[in-house]
Amino acid sequence: MPDGSARLAIVPAYNEEATLPGVLESLRRHAPGFDVLVIDDGSTDRTGELARTGGATLLQLPFNVGIGGAVQSGYLYACEHGYDYVVQVDADGQHDATEIATLQDTMGADPALDVVCGSRFLEKRDYRASFGRRTGIQIFAAIVSLIARKRVTDPTSGFRLCNRRAIELFARDYPHDYPEVEALLTLHYNRLTMREVPVRMFQRGGGVSSIRSGKSAYYMVKVLLAIFMGLARRRPFVEPGDESALRALERA
Amino acid sequence: MSSESRVQLLAILGTIVLLATILELVRRRRLLERYAVLWLFSAAVLLVLAVWRDLLESVARRLGFEVPANLLFVLGLGFAFMLLLHFSLAVSQLAERTKVLAQRLALLQQRLSETERELEAARAPEATDERDREGAVRAP
Repeated sequence: MPDGSARLAIVPAYNEEATLPGVLESLRRHAPGFDVLVIDDGSTDRTGELARTGGATLLQLPFNVGIGGAVQSGYLYACEHGYDYVVQVDADGQHDATEIATLQDTMGADPALDVVCGSRFLEKRDYRASFGRRTGIQIFAAIVSLIARKRVTDPTSGFRLCNRRAIELFARDYPHDYPEVEALLTLHYNRLTMREVPVRMFQRGGGVSSIRSGKSAYYMVKVLLAIFMGLARRRPFVEPGDESALRALERA
Repeated sequence: MSSESRVQLLAILGTIVLLATILELVRRRRLLERYAVLWLFSAAVLLVLAVWRDLLESVARRLGFEVPANLLFVLGLGFAFMLLLHFSLAVSQLAERTKVLAQRLALLQQRLSETERELEAARAPEATDERDREGAVRAP
């Protein structure tokens, strides 16, 4: 990654006043090259205020749009303001800002990469998740790996670094709710290259996950439907002169 | 009056009330023409079949209905499903548009408050960081 590149960390937050200041602090300390954008997704607590006092730029959605729409507005901002790289960080303190360097190193080492995803499961680390959640993640991992024809271990990870191409794609097309799994497939269908790197993640610092137990059945059904509908959808055309087709051939 | 004629009368009255209600809602601009068309079409088909009993009976017989009125019910139900699907489509489209509007609004608001801050800074170059921060808080 070139030194002069414009980098942005986008932090979607919905009622995260307990953890947001800590996240902003650690971003400032461990990712000093990044501007920070907090997307307040219609929070009813002090999230927006804390984002401002924490020195972040604030995008305030007028009501709760949902995580997909919130993240996408971050990509829209990055697109409009000409950022070269975006790292997506959760406001709940789950993502470790020191690992952003890991994502950057991977991105820097291989210029063909468009997206680098932090995975909790690529190496054996002490990330504990409930049996149900782990099973769900494994099912999605298997499906995504099958469709994308490459090994994906943590398809629900929202900790990722995107280059300009991926920023422009996500600004244009990003799934609605529970977006991570579908976003990977969006990348695949648009022939962008993604690689996972092992990262350490924390247990959630506070707040509630957007995936609660009662909603997990809905989550499974919704994402599965989206995956299979995605399979049935027309693929984007490869324009003449587009390098992506060649790239797809190279990898095949 | 035979029981069959009474049923027919009821069906005719029902569809006429439905038609009149829809037209009245459109007249008062409570219902957009776009969404009224499907309603009007359904009501019109039902009214024709209710009035023109021979047609109803012959169509019902050909399709294998033993009681012609059942054809009316089936058609009514079919139209109801069509309308529901139509509304689900409309709601999905609205949800998508609302999302885009919310995103655009947030981006514009951010741009506005930044522009305001820059203006303020340009107007009072000696302004301290303190005042800059005040400006940021005041902007929505």
